[in-house]
Amino acid sequence: MIYPYIPHTDEDRKVMLEAIGLSSMEELFSGLSEDILLSDSVPISQGRTEDEVQRMIDSIAQRNVRGIPFLGCGCYDHIIPATVEALSSLPSFVTAYTPYQAEMSQGLLEAIYEFQSMICEITSMDVANASLYDGANAASEAAALMVGAKRHASVVLVSSTLHPFTLQVLQTWAKGTGRSLRMVKEKEGVVDLSQLPSLLDSECAGLIVQSPNRYGLLESYEGVAEILHEQKALLAISNDPLSLAMQKSPGQWDADIAIGDTQSLGLPLAYGGPSCGYMAVKEALLRKLPGRLVGLTQDGKGRKGFTLTFQAREQHIKRERATSNICSNQALAALMTTIHLSSLGWDGMVEAANQSYAKAHYLAYHLAQLPGMTLVWDKPFWCEFPLGFSDPKRLRKFMQELRNEGIFAGVRLSTLTRKVKDELVLLVAVTEKRSREELELYLAAARRVMK
Amino acid sequence: MRETLLIEQSKQGRKAYCFPPLDLPNGFYQALPPLPESIRRQETARLPEVSELDVVRHFTRLSTMIHGVDNGMYPLGSCTMKYNPKLSEHIAKMDAFTKIHPLQDVSTTQGSLSIMFNLLEDLSSITGMKWGTLQPCAGAHGEYTGLKMVKTYYEQHGEIGRTKILIPSSAHGTNPASAIVNGFEVLPIGANKKGQVDLDDLEAKLDDSVAALMMTNPNTLGIFEQDILAISKMVHAQGSLMYYDGANMNAILGMATPGEMGFDVVHLNLHKTFSTPHGGGGPGSGPVMVNDTLRPFLPKPDIHLTDSGYVLDWEREESIGKVSMFWGNFLVLLRAYVYILRMGSEGLRSASAHAVLNANYVAKRLGDVCEIPYGTRCMHEFVISLEQYRQNYGVRAQDIAKALIDKGYHPPTMYFPSLVSEALMIEPTESESLETLDAFILAFRSILEQAKEDPEYVKGAPYTTPIGRLDEVKAIKEPNLRY
Repeated sequence: MIYPYIPHTDEDRKVMLEAIGLSSMEELFSGLSEDILLSDSVPISQGRTEDEVQRMIDSIAQRNVRGIPFLGCGCYDHIIPATVEALSSLPSFVTAYTPYQAEMSQGLLEAIYEFQSMICEITSMDVANASLYDGANAASEAAALMVGAKRHASVVLVSSTLHPFTLQVLQTWAKGTGRSLRMVKEKEGVVDLSQLPSLLDSECAGLIVQSPNRYGLLESYEGVAEILHEQKALLAISNDPLSLAMQKSPGQWDADIAIGDTQSLGLPLAYGGPSCGYMAVKEALLRKLPGRLVGLTQDGKGRKGFTLTFQAREQHIKRERATSNICSNQALAALMTTIHLSSLGWDGMVEAANQSYAKAHYLAYHLAQLPGMTLVWDKPFWCEFPLGFSDPKRLRKFMQELRNEGIFAGVRLSTLTRKVKDELVLLVAVTEKRSREELELYLAAARRVMK
Repeated sequence: MRETLLIEQSKQGRKAYCFPPLDLPNGFYQALPPLPESIRRQETARLPEVSELDVVRHFTRLSTMIHGVDNGMYPLGSCTMKYNPKLSEHIAKMDAFTKIHPLQDVSTTQGSLSIMFNLLEDLSSITGMKWGTLQPCAGAHGEYTGLKMVKTYYEQHGEIGRTKILIPSSAHGTNPASAIVNGFEVLPIGANKKGQVDLDDLEAKLDDSVAALMMTNPNTLGIFEQDILAISKMVHAQGSLMYYDGANMNAILGMATPGEMGFDVVHLNLHKTFSTPHGGGGPGSGPVMVNDTLRPFLPKPDIHLTDSGYVLDWEREESIGKVSMFWGNFLVLLRAYVYILRMGSEGLRSASAHAVLNANYVAKRLGDVCEIPYGTRCMHEFVISLEQYRQNYGVRAQDIAKALIDKGYHPPTMYFPSLVSEALMIEPTESESLETLDAFILAFRSILEQAKEDPEYVKGAPYTTPIGRLDEVKAIKEPNLRY
C-alpha cells in the first residue's frame, strides 16, 4: 500500500539509502537494540483511503445530536460572520508555527498585535498577551502571576462564584505546591465582598472574581481594588469579553489583571475546544505577564516591523527560573477572534451584547410568570440566568419535553458542581442568535409542562 | 511592503457585518431597564470600522506575509512541521462537530465521545501505555499535567521528600519550567561524549529525593538514548518514576514505545506527531498517557464505555482534578484521529521511517561542509554546529538561518540545544520529497560557500522580505505592544 502524505518512490529510497551508506530501511533503526524494537505492528487498524475515512466519520457524526442551544456556562452560541472561517482557513495562517522568524512572519505578527490591541481596548488595560489555553487556565496563570509578584504570599483569594470548572482548574494548580486558595463566600448569588477585610492578610497575593459569575449574575467591584492594593495584593477580574460591551471593564474597576476566554467572540462551540484564554495587565506588571508578546519596532533601514519581544520572560530562556511554562498557545483561535472583532467593530459588539441582554430578559420575564419555577435571585444579569425549580421531577420533565421539541433548555448547575443542592437550578443562556420563533417555542413548551 | 493596521483603515460609520433587527414584541426592549449605572460601561473601545471587503483584503494580505508548511519546506527542529492533510481540515469544519455544546447531555454527544475514546485507545497502543487524558491543550500543558500526577502520587504515598526532577541539560525549556510550576526542584543531568545521558552523573544524582527523570527519546540532538532500559531500571530501583516527553515521538512510531522503554508517564504533541496544524502558535494538544501506577490520578472526568454508551465519569477520588475548562481541544483531537485512521498502523511506522530517512540523508549531504558534533547518523532530526564559520568568517548560525529565508525556506531551530555552539537543528519530516531535500541541501551549501567568500552579504540577510532584521533592543526599550 502507498501511504498517504509520504512522497517517496522505491527509486527515491534506493538513492537515499545509498547516499547514507545503508542497504535497507531497517538499518535506519540500528541504534535501537533488539529488546526495544517492537516485534509486532502496533495494534491499531490498517490505513484507509480519504473516502473511507470520510464515510466512517460521517457515520460517527450522526451520533451527535444537535438542538437549539440555550446552553452556556462558559461556552455560548453567538453569531459568527462568515469572514471568520473563510479568512482563518487561509493555509499560511493554519500551517505556520510561532513567528520566531520575524522577517517571514510579519502577517502573523501583525494579526497578533491587533489581537493584543483589541483585548486591551475591550478590557481597558495596558498590555495583553498573545493568548492562553482557555479562560480557566487564564485564571490559574493569574494566580501564579499574583503569587510571583508578592513576596512571602502563597494564598490566593477566590470568589465562590467563579465558574465551577475554573475553580477546579485553580484547585489543581494549587495542589502540591504549597500555595492555597481561600474562598470568599457569596451572598444572594454574588460574591460577598464585605468579608474581604477579614479574609485579607499579608499572606494573600490577590483576589480573583468573575462577572458574569457562575450563575450568570453581574457583580460590582466598587472599592475592592483599593482594599487589596493597601495590602499590596492584586485584583484579577474574569469576564465574558462580550459582556464588556455593556458592563464595566476590569480597567474601570482598577483591576490589575483582566482574564477570560474569547469563545464568545468568534469561536464555535466545538464541544468546548479550542477556545482562547486571554490576559491583560497594567503596565507595571508587563514583565510578569506569561506567554508570547508581540511588539512594534524597526529594522536597520528604519522600516517598521513586528517581532516577538520581552522573550526573557519565557520558559525557553528562563527555564527553571520561569513562572509559567506556556509555549504553544491558541494562536489560530486568537486570529478568529481578531477577524470577528474586525468584522463587528465596537457597534457590532454592543449590538450583539444588547440583543443578548434583551432576549435573555424576555425569556426570563415570561418563564418567571409560570408556576413551579422562579428566578433564583433578583439581581442584574446579562445573557444567562439561574432558574430555580421546586421539584426535581418537574425539572427533568421540563428538560425532556423541551428536548423533544429540539431545544436544549439549559445546564443544570449540579452538572458542573456535582452537588445535590444545585440539582434544582437550571442555567439558561440566550444569545442574540436565538430568534423570536425559538424563544416562543421554548416558552410554549415551558407553559405546557409547568401549567 | 507593510500592511497598515485595520484600525488605521477605519472610517466612522462603515460596517462589515449587520445583525438582524431585534424582533421582540413592540415596547419590550423600550420598557426593559438598562443595567444599573454603577456597573454599566461608559467608555467605548476602539475597534476597526471597515467594510467586509476591507476585512477580507487585510487578512488575505497578512496571510501572504507568512510562511507555512503549505508555502514551503519548514525544517524547524523539534517542532515536526509535517504536512497537515486537507481531509482533517475539512472534517474539523463539519457542523456535526463544531456546533455541539460541551455540556449537552452525553446521550446527544456519543459521536464526539466515541472519537475521544477511540483516540485514547489508539494513543495507548502507539505509546505502549494503558490509560490517558485528552484534556491538556499543548505539550507544555501535558508536562504540567503529567508532573502534577507524579506529585500527587508521591503525596498519596506519603513520600513528600521526593522534591526533585532530573532533567538532561539539553531538554526543552518547558521541561524545567513545568517542574518548577508544580513545586519541584530541577537537577540537570549532563551528556556523555555520544550526546546521551551520562550514566555516572545520573547515578550520582539519583537518590530518594528524586520524584522522576524527565527524558526526550530520541533526545534533542536527534540521538536515540541507547541506555534507556538501563536508565529505567536505575530510576525505578530508586522508587522514582520515568517521564517521557513525546516531542520527538515522530522518530519511533510503530518501531518502539515509551511503555516498552520503561516510562510511567508520557505526553504527546498531537500538533507535531499526529499532523494537526500548528496554527501560527497553536492550538495544539498534549494528551498524557500512563500505566496502572498513575491511573488513579488522571484528570477528571474520564470517558467510559458502558452498556448505554459513552459516559463521563467524575467519581475519581484521587484525581488531580481538571486542567482545562472543558474536555480539551476537541477539534484538534478530531484531526489527529482522522490522521491515525488514514495512516493506520503501517502508515505511521512508514512515516517515522521516512522521517528518519530524510534526516539522515540531509545530515549526510551537509556533513562535509559543517560540523555535526555527534556524527551524521541520527533519528528524525540532527543538530549542526556553525562554530567554525563564526571563528573563521564571523558568520553566525543566525546569519545562515536568515540567508535561508531569501531562498524560500523557513530556518531551522536556532541556538538549541545549548550544548552545541552556533547550533541549527534541522528536522525535514517525512513529508518532503527527495527533490525538495536536494534543493534545500543545494541552497544550504551555497549559503555556506557564500559565507566564506562574502561574509558581509550573508550577515546582511534577508534581502527579499518586507523588512530586514529588527531592532530587538528598541522593541524592549520603547515598548509598543498595542495600537
